Amino acid sequence: MSEYMVSVLSLICIESFVALSTYLLLITGQISFGQQAYFGIGAYIGAIWTAMLGLDLSTAILAGAIIAGLVAAGVGLMAFRLGGLYYAIATLAFSELVRQIWINLIYQVPVAGFEVGPKGAEGFKDIRYVIENDISAIQYLGLIALCLGIVLIFFIVLERSRLGLSLRMVENEETAAASVGINPVAYKIAAAAIAGAIAGIGGVLFAHFMTFIDPRNFGVMLGVHSLAYGMIGGLGTFLGPLIGVTIDIGLLESLRVFSGYRMIVFGSLVALILIFRPRGLLDEKTVHRFFQWVRKRLDNPRRGGSLVDDV
Amino acid sequence: MLDFFQNTLDGAMVGASYALLGLGFTLTFGVMRRLNLSYGPTIMMGVYAGTAVSLNIYESLALALAVSVLISIIVGLCIEGICFRAVRSDNPLASMVSAFAVWMVLEEIIILLTWGRLFPVENPTGLATLIAGPISIRGDYLFLFIVAVVLMTLLYWMLFQTTFGRQVRAVGENPKAARLMGIDIGRVSRQIFVLTSVFGGLVGFFIAASMHQITPGFGLWATVKGLVVMILGGIGSVPGAVLGGFLLGIVELNALWYLGGGYRDLVAFLLLFLFLVVRPRGLLGTGRIGV
Repeated sequence: MSEYMVSVLSLICIESFVALSTYLLLITGQISFGQQAYFGIGAYIGAIWTAMLGLDLSTAILAGAIIAGLVAAGVGLMAFRLGGLYYAIATLAFSELVRQIWINLIYQVPVAGFEVGPKGAEGFKDIRYVIENDISAIQYLGLIALCLGIVLIFFIVLERSRLGLSLRMVENEETAAASVGINPVAYKIAAAAIAGAIAGIGGVLFAHFMTFIDPRNFGVMLGVHSLAYGMIGGLGTFLGPLIGVTIDIGLLESLRVFSGYRMIVFGSLVALILIFRPRGLLDEKTVHRFFQWVRKRLDNPRRGGSLVDDV
Repeated sequence: MLDFFQNTLDGAMVGASYALLGLGFTLTFGVMRRLNLSYGPTIMMGVYAGTAVSLNIYESLALALAVSVLISIIVGLCIEGICFRAVRSDNPLASMVSAFAVWMVLEEIIILLTWGRLFPVENPTGLATLIAGPISIRGDYLFLFIVAVVLMTLLYWMLFQTTFGRQVRAVGENPKAARLMGIDIGRVSRQIFVLTSVFGGLVGFFIAASMHQITPGFGLWATVKGLVVMILGGIGSVPGAVLGGFLLGIVELNALWYLGGGYRDLVAFLLLFLFLVVRPRGLLGTGRIGV
């Protein structure tokens, strides 16, 4: 694998954390423009953990996830009452608030003769853990993939469990959900906390991948992009946001033809997909049909089934 | 105390322009029930076009304003068609993301056409700073304030004294009943896009002039300011948006003076977040437009 491929793949995987984080909230009916806030919290916590405190990366990932998750739970607790649009804007406000804090945060300590730490708008330089410990790009990609794999296993379990069904029920029929004993508030806050933790893991990995972070990395564009990933990939399964990320970064960024026009191509693509498939390529109906088709094949392997029969 | 008074005065003058951005959002939302994230970029396209004509072809404020408004209208109507009419309305999120996608396209077009450079926007008034005793009034702020107040008065008249305004308020209050009364909702929404584009293009040009420049980041700036004002005032409330604009301007300029440049936006977002948590209806929000 060429070095370029490794870095594109790493970016796809890192971006997937934010996309999945936004997606988890989407399936509970909460539109968040602000998951980049937890991505940023993870990145800064992770960077402080290894570069300033000199601790190791595995605990940094854990710490980033836990702190981002706790902050997200706090925000969820304050904002769960807000419906649709208000919630979206509250998350946007919170993420910009956090970004403004990074812009104003200057705290540097000397480590091995260097001044290390966040330096306001200039960012946080020299997050050298990966270099100092001789971790190659491929090995680091392996670590990212491992973490992403764990998150994906969580989603697989989630979508096949009662919990996943409950979450989707909270989105569609909140009153009905409450009447069969699902506590919508608890589910919403739990979803917010887990989503924050997922974005936080991505943030820690991002900081160590880049070795340099600055507040501009965590702007509102990242949040809306990750929302768009879910919307074009589809809201029916967690594969949707992954498809979205792959289309954007994998296809458009790596194909030289589109260089300079990437935003135009991606933006037009998103606008078109939304006109014809308002819930994305792999929406709930498609996923449901697919599983019915598979089930039919399993029940009656000789007859097979068609993709378009009764739903 | 005098500083506070001076900041509040400056803030009110800047806030008048914020109020117009908020009105653009609140009116569009009232009629469409969906958020037009691309409002800021629409204005940006207009201002860029106006400035480009004025810089390269013929220098004239009237021409620049006319081009700015014309391009805003064209872009606004395109957005209405692509992100709202063509996207089914049962999923409000789809329109929001679609408007964002169009925004990315617009921003990239601007960056490709201008190589990402900022355009200088000549301050059209050339007004000197007025000094009244210990208080000084910046000429461009005063001019911006006057333009904003004139536009708001005009808007108020249109909303409350004309048939068009009555239709807008009817659709905002109850779209189903409005349709049954024979109001063509599609036409009203196109009209509201034209209207918000017109005053967006005008006020956008003067905001850019008070900053002496326009950059590709202007779209984001205008969208964020408009959203904040809409929420502070209460979604759908016309007087609320006006109040929200003044509140945001006053708070921002006081934060700028007492806390420093880095805190201007921080305090604005903190205010917005607190408002959403404590009083999500905003200052005057009732969920109905114009009341």
